[in-house]
Amino acid sequence: MRGVTPTTAIGPRGSKPKRILSTRNIVVYGVLTVAAVYWVIPLYVMIVTSLKGLPEIRMGNIFAPPLQITFEPWVKAWDSACTGLSCEGLKVGFWNSVKILIPSTFISIAIASVNGYALSFWKFKGSEVFFTLLLLGAFIPYQVIIYPLVILLRELGLFASLGGIVLIHTVFGMPILTLLFRNYFASVPMELFKAARVDGAGFWRIFLQILLPMSLPIFVVALILQITGIWNDFFFGVIYAGTLNFPMTVQLNNIVNTTQGVKEYNVNMAATLLTGLLPLVVYFISGKLFVRGIAAGAVKG
Amino acid sequence: MSSVDIVDLHLSFGATKVLENLHLNVAEGEFLVLLGPSGCGKSTLLNCIAGLLDINDGQIFIGEHNVTWAEPKDRGIGMVFQSYALYPQMNVEKNLSFGLRVAGFSKAIIRQKVAEVAHILQIEDLLKRKPAALSGGQRQRVAIGRALVRDVGVFLFDEPLSNLDAKLRTDLRIELKRLHRKLGNTMIYVTHDQMEALTLADRIAVMKNGVIQQLDTPNGIYHRPKNRFVADFVGSPSMNLIQGTLFKQDEEWLFRMHSEATQDEQWVGISLTHYPFTAAPAVGQKVELGIRPEHVILTEKASNSVSSYLFLVDLVEPMGPDVVCWGSVAGEPFKVRVSADFVFKPDTTLMASFDLTRASIFDIETGGRI
Amino acid sequence: MNTSKRPNLWLRNMSAKVAAVPMIATALIVFVGCSVWSVVYSFTSSRSLPKENFVGLKQYERLFSSNRWVESVENVFIFGICTLVFSLIVGFSLAVLLDQKIRFENTFRTIFLYPFALSFMVTGLVWQWMLNPQLGVASVVRNLGFENFEILLLSSREYSIYAIVIAGLWQGTGLVMVLMLAGLRGIDQDIWKASRVDGIPAWKTYLFIVVPMMRPVFVTTLVIIASGIVKVYDLVLAMTQGGPGISSEVPAKYVYDYMFGRANLGQGLAASTVMLSTVLIVLIPWSYMEFRDKQEKSV
Repeated sequence: MRGVTPTTAIGPRGSKPKRILSTRNIVVYGVLTVAAVYWVIPLYVMIVTSLKGLPEIRMGNIFAPPLQITFEPWVKAWDSACTGLSCEGLKVGFWNSVKILIPSTFISIAIASVNGYALSFWKFKGSEVFFTLLLLGAFIPYQVIIYPLVILLRELGLFASLGGIVLIHTVFGMPILTLLFRNYFASVPMELFKAARVDGAGFWRIFLQILLPMSLPIFVVALILQITGIWNDFFFGVIYAGTLNFPMTVQLNNIVNTTQGVKEYNVNMAATLLTGLLPLVVYFISGKLFVRGIAAGAVKG
Repeated sequence: MSSVDIVDLHLSFGATKVLENLHLNVAEGEFLVLLGPSGCGKSTLLNCIAGLLDINDGQIFIGEHNVTWAEPKDRGIGMVFQSYALYPQMNVEKNLSFGLRVAGFSKAIIRQKVAEVAHILQIEDLLKRKPAALSGGQRQRVAIGRALVRDVGVFLFDEPLSNLDAKLRTDLRIELKRLHRKLGNTMIYVTHDQMEALTLADRIAVMKNGVIQQLDTPNGIYHRPKNRFVADFVGSPSMNLIQGTLFKQDEEWLFRMHSEATQDEQWVGISLTHYPFTAAPAVGQKVELGIRPEHVILTEKASNSVSSYLFLVDLVEPMGPDVVCWGSVAGEPFKVRVSADFVFKPDTTLMASFDLTRASIFDIETGGRI
Repeated sequence: MNTSKRPNLWLRNMSAKVAAVPMIATALIVFVGCSVWSVVYSFTSSRSLPKENFVGLKQYERLFSSNRWVESVENVFIFGICTLVFSLIVGFSLAVLLDQKIRFENTFRTIFLYPFALSFMVTGLVWQWMLNPQLGVASVVRNLGFENFEILLLSSREYSIYAIVIAGLWQGTGLVMVLMLAGLRGIDQDIWKASRVDGIPAWKTYLFIVVPMMRPVFVTTLVIIASGIVKVYDLVLAMTQGGPGISSEVPAKYVYDYMFGRANLGQGLAASTVMLSTVLIVLIPWSYMEFRDKQEKSV
C-alpha cells in the first residue's frame, strides 16, 4: 500500500513489446495453413478437372491448372450426360430436387416451429414424453424404418411420388427442427408470453404476432439446415421419390457410377460440382448462421 | 375498481403443495403487497390471480365475478412484470395498444386511450420507439402503461422494480405510489424488497412456504410481528433475538437469558411489566426476546434500570443518517442502531437498555408471538 | 363472467394439442410403430413381400453366417474407430489452434467446415477421383520422380475401407471442430486468468482442466459422430459400391440391398434389427447419464 519510489524510472514502461514471429505464432499459423491447404485441395481439383479436356486429364497431373479452359464438360453434365438409359444430363435431377426441396422445407419448418412453440409454452400432459420419443427417433438407424414406411406410403397412395418424398423429409426433419425451435423458444422470457395472454392473445396470435417476428434468425437457421439437408439427401430420394422424381444426388450417382465405356472424368467432376453448388453457395452466404445451425441442440450444457 | 377475494386456494405441482388453504381479501382500491423470500409462493399466488396458472381447488373473485375458471383477459386485470416483457418488435405505441387491438376496439378509441395513458406516464415522446431503444426506467413505465391502458379494476405487479438500479427504483416507487393515489385502483404487488413493501403498501401479506404468515399494515408488520419469521425477515439490520426463559416473581413476569447463568447471582432478569402480552405466558416457557436495533438505548454507564445488558461493541458501520454498532451481549451477536452523532470507539463496553413496550416475545417452539 | 364454464380437461389447451398431432404421429407411428414392425417381421421368412410365417431366429443365423455381413460389421468397426479417433483428435486440435485469438479465424473455420455442406455423394466422388490409382494424386507423385509410388486404396481388398475413412474425415472433421470450438468458448474465461496467474502452462491447462470441463461436449460430439457412422451408406456407394468384391461393404448397404435389391425382406429386417440393437446399447446408457446429470443439476 505504499507508493512506488521514483527511483524505478529506469525499468520497463508502457506497453509490452510483442514479437510477431514468435515460435508459437509460427506453429499455430503453420499448422493451420497446412491443414487448410489439405481441406481446399479436393475443391480445387474438382474445379480444374471439370475445366480440362479428356486428353489433358490423361496426361496425369490432377493439380495442374487447365492449359486450355473448356466449358464443354459443364454443358454435357447439365444437358446430355447419360444416367443409365436416358441421356438428358443433370438438369432433370436438378429440377426434381427443386420440386422436392421447396415444399419439404416449408412444410417441415412450419410444423416443427409450431411443435417447438407448443412444447415450450403450452405443455400438456405427456408432451414431454412424446418429445423424448421424437428425439430418440433421431438416433434410430433409418434402415430399421424404411420398409414399413414404404408400406405406409403405398397405403396412402404416396409411394414413389413427390408428395411421398415431401412427407418423408418432413417426418425425418422433425426431431432436430423441433429441438431447434424448442430450445430457441425456451430462451424467450416466459413473462412475455404471460403478458400476451393477459392482453388476451391466444395460441395462434401469440405465435404469429409476438414470437414469429422476433424469431427470424432461428427460422433462417432452420432454413439453412433443411436446404442443405434435403438437397444433399440420397437415401430417401432413391427409395421414396420414384424414378420420375429422382433428386440430383441420385442422378449424379447414376451418371458417374453406372456409365459404360470411357470414363469422362471432366464431365463427372462438373456434374459433382453442379450438385454441390447450391449447398456451397448457401454455406458461403450464411456463414455464422450455418455454424449456429449445426451447433444448435448439439452443445447444450 | 374491484376487490379481490381468494377463498380456500389450493395449488400443487405434482406432489409438491405450493399453496394450501389460502385465504386473502383485498379491498377495493387497496394497495396490497405480497412480501417474502424467493420460493415462498408469492409470485405463484399472483399468477393464480391473473389466471396464468390453473388452481387445484378454491375460488377467486374479482369484483362480484367468480373468475376461477376465466381466461386471463376476461378477469379485468392488468399485469406488470419484472423483465418488463415488452414485445420487442413492436414500438411503444403498438405495445400499449396490443391488448386493445386483440379485443377489437376501434382505431379512434385506441388512439385516444393510448394518448391518455402516455400523458399520465409522460411517455408521449417515446411512442414511436422500439423497446430496445429505451432505458430500463422508460421500459418499466411503458409496461405499466400497457396495464393502465386496458382500463381494468385490478393491477398486478410482479417484482416490477427489481431489474432497476437503486436510484431509479426509489424514483419509480414514489411514482407508483402517486399513481395509486391518483387512479385509486386495487393493486397487488409482489416483492422481496421490504423497503418497497413498507413504503408502498396499505397492507402487507408476509408469506413463507406458501402460507401467509401475517397480513397487516406496514406498521403492524414492523412493530408487532406475529411470529419469529416475520420479525426476522422484515427490518434491516434484522431484529435482535435473545433466547431465554420466562418466570414469575412477586406477581411480576421476568425474562432471563440462557447464557446469564454465569452472571451475578443477584441478577434476576428483565422485568416484563411493561410488555403487552398477547397470549398468556407460562412459567418456565422457553422464549425469544426480540428487540429492533433502533429500540435499544446505549448509555456509557450502568444505569439502575433492570432491563439493561452489557454490550461489547466490536464494529461500527456508518450508514449515513445513522450508525449500526455490531457486537455481542453475553456472547450472543447483537446490533444497535444509533444516530450518527453518537461518538464512540470500537472495542468498548456500553450499557444497552430496551424499551419493552416496543419489544416482541416469541415462543421458541411455535415461533408465535406471546 | 359468472357463467364461465368449467373448462373440459381434454379440451383445455386444445390448439396446442392439435398443433402437436404431427409430432405425436411421427413419434408413435414412424419411430415406435415402424421399428416394432421391423423387429417383428425380422423373425419371418418374408421374401419380396412381408408374410407372417415366423421362423424364429433363422434369419439371424443366416445373417451371422454370411461372409458379407461379417465383413460389413468389421468394416463399420474399422470405419467407426478410425473416424472417432481421428476426427476427435484433429477436430479438437484445430479448435484449440483457432482458439488462440488468431487473425483470419473466420477464414480458417470456413475452410475446414465447407465439406460438411456437401453431400456424401459429392464427397465420395471427389475422393474417388483424388485416389484414382492411375490418374489421381498418385500419378502426380510418380511424375515427381517416385516412379513406383502407388495409392492402391481403392483397388485393394484390404484397404478400400480406409479410402472411405479418408473421405469421411474430410467431410466431418469440420463439424467436430466447430462443436469443440463452441465448447472451448463456453469455458469460463476466468479459468484462463486463474491458470495464468498460477503460472500453469497452456497445454497443461487444456489437458487437465479444460478437457475434463468439456466432458459433456465430448460426449455429445461422440454421440453425433457415432449415430452418423451407423448410417454410413451414400459415401460407400459413391466411392466403391462396396468393392472391390465385398471389401468395403457396410451394414446399412447390406440392409438396403437385401430389402430392395435381392427381395429378401426377412434377411434385411434381421440385419436392420441388429443395427437398432447396437444403437440402443449405446444410446440407453447415454440418455440415462444425460438424464441423471440433469437431475443433479436441478437439485
